[in-house]
Amino acid sequence: MSTVVLLGVTGLGLGALYFLVASGLSLIFGLMDVLNFAHGALLSVGAYATWWAASHSFGFPLALLFGTAVGTLAAVALELGLIRPLYRRPREQVLATVGVGLAVPALLSAIWGADARTFPVPAALAGTFTLLGASVPVNRLVLIGAALVVLLALRLFLGRTRHGLVVRAGVEDRAMVTALGIDVRRAFTLVFAIGGAAAALAGGLAGLYFGSVDPTQGSALLIFGFVVVVMGGLGSVGGAAVACVVVGLVQQFANYYSTAGLGDLSVVVMLAVLLLVRPSGLTGRLA
Amino acid sequence: MNVPALLRRWWPALVLVVLVLLPYSALPLPGLLDGPIGSPGSLQLLALCLVFGALATGYDLLLGRTGLLSFGHALYFAAGTYATGLLLTQAGLNFWLAAALGLLAGLALAALLGSVSLRMTGIGFAMVTLAFAQAGSILVQRDPGGVTGGEEGLAATGLPASLVGIQHTANLYWIALAYLVVTLAAVQWAVRSPIGRVWEGIRENERRVEVLGLRPYGFKLVAFVLAGALAALGGVVYLLLTGGATPQTTTSDFTLSLLVMVVLGGSGTRWGPLVGGVLYTWAEHRLASLAGSGTIAGLPSVLRVPLSQPLFLLGVLFVIIVYALPGGVAGLPARLRIRAVSRGAQA
Repeated sequence: MSTVVLLGVTGLGLGALYFLVASGLSLIFGLMDVLNFAHGALLSVGAYATWWAASHSFGFPLALLFGTAVGTLAAVALELGLIRPLYRRPREQVLATVGVGLAVPALLSAIWGADARTFPVPAALAGTFTLLGASVPVNRLVLIGAALVVLLALRLFLGRTRHGLVVRAGVEDRAMVTALGIDVRRAFTLVFAIGGAAAALAGGLAGLYFGSVDPTQGSALLIFGFVVVVMGGLGSVGGAAVACVVVGLVQQFANYYSTAGLGDLSVVVMLAVLLLVRPSGLTGRLA
Repeated sequence: MNVPALLRRWWPALVLVVLVLLPYSALPLPGLLDGPIGSPGSLQLLALCLVFGALATGYDLLLGRTGLLSFGHALYFAAGTYATGLLLTQAGLNFWLAAALGLLAGLALAALLGSVSLRMTGIGFAMVTLAFAQAGSILVQRDPGGVTGGEEGLAATGLPASLVGIQHTANLYWIALAYLVVTLAAVQWAVRSPIGRVWEGIRENERRVEVLGLRPYGFKLVAFVLAGALAALGGVVYLLLTGGATPQTTTSDFTLSLLVMVVLGGSGTRWGPLVGGVLYTWAEHRLASLAGSGTIAGLPSVLRVPLSQPLFLLGVLFVIIVYALPGGVAGLPARLRIRAVSRGAQA
């Protein structure tokens, strides 16, 4: 029983990381039709910024805030500097993000080395607590809490604000929104900022979860971010939330109860099967 | 026919003759290559350049000719490498038999997974191919049966004596060249065949092809299997060149680097992907050795740190190409000509 609880909470923690990556990816794709390959780079930027701040005796919350801010700025710079000039060429937009996704991890490893750096985990988050007989690391709760806060904030933003309304409408039918006289492209920068913030937060929390940061973390998490986005239905934040829980749990349990690596395998096979049976994803949004 | 016209028609044959004779040359190319052209180190690098040029050409069959964005091309390349390697190390087969079976394995895998993933279109297709390739990559790296060597890779055994060792690098170079010629010929022949015309139609407008009464699925599958088989053949050549298989060739980053090569050179053109693959491979190796040299070490750290990472430079170069040269390197002569003509018109 205690193993099941531990695996369950760890799976949810991993799912929380996936959600933070996938929510931004999903909104960006839904609104702009850009598969953002630089999302892993944004995550790595956030991870290294958080690590840098935390090892320069900022407190952990402050370091996380700093990392998220740096990631948000990086995302806005990416959108304004590289994506915006290519608005009429969607394929080139994707290619530009591929280039950034190659260059940024290389730059990070040039500055701080290719090896993993130990993340200074604060004492308050290093311990464990007892839940139904299992001793669960506290950091899993931080991850799940952060993902829930982001989910709630996104829901409120999308459901209750005017900008959120434009984003939702743009995901549904961009041409129609433009025809109504609204400049959807203003929402692009906003969506990139939100996605970058969530990805950078995921980076900082990944440092906490894995206990270290390294330049390739971003692209490794990005693959599962893609899996979650596609399973949840492109452009749907709620679908991504459901899919990340499924993916995180399946991965943890399969990895534990069979050979290591089979969990990762079963997740990608699950994606392939789901796409072939229901091409539109879990929520039935257009793929 | 006068000489320039002859040259315009037959220059590929001329280049091929030069390439065949390269191992006999002792010409040094300082800056471009470390040693003289005929030295084993230079031949090895040239052979790698040719293999990746050919791989990019095969990948462009999907990307540039048929308009299919596959993120799983690494899988078929790795299938050729690993299937051949495993048949050599585990079953102890004769190399040529193992190579033939390895090629067949890649072809069968491409046919099977292609027939499944082509039921999706657009981004769904890209994601399914990514998922399959990722599954293959995980299998190789986690190594459940203890045969692939996991993250260490696989060292091939039982290779023919004439294809092993530094003194036989020229043979490997010729094999790489032969692979390139086969790929170029196959792609050129296929693109000019009636099937190739349908591919072009699918790339431009798939719905229209359907309206004409053709089913795009079968044509796309032919492109997918042909590209997969060419990649598997490239995997076998790569196994010979590097003496084994590495798990890096199974990753999605490997497919992305093929994508970069194709776009760098010019997608959908005859020579573009080849040029892109050669340039990328050469730059990656030369920049890595340049990073260790004294020229870079003497620079201030603001310049030295980014310059020490080939992938950083290639990534930045790629972004610049996407912006400034949408047709890739292959589109450069035409752009220059247009500029010269418009300047002439202004004057």
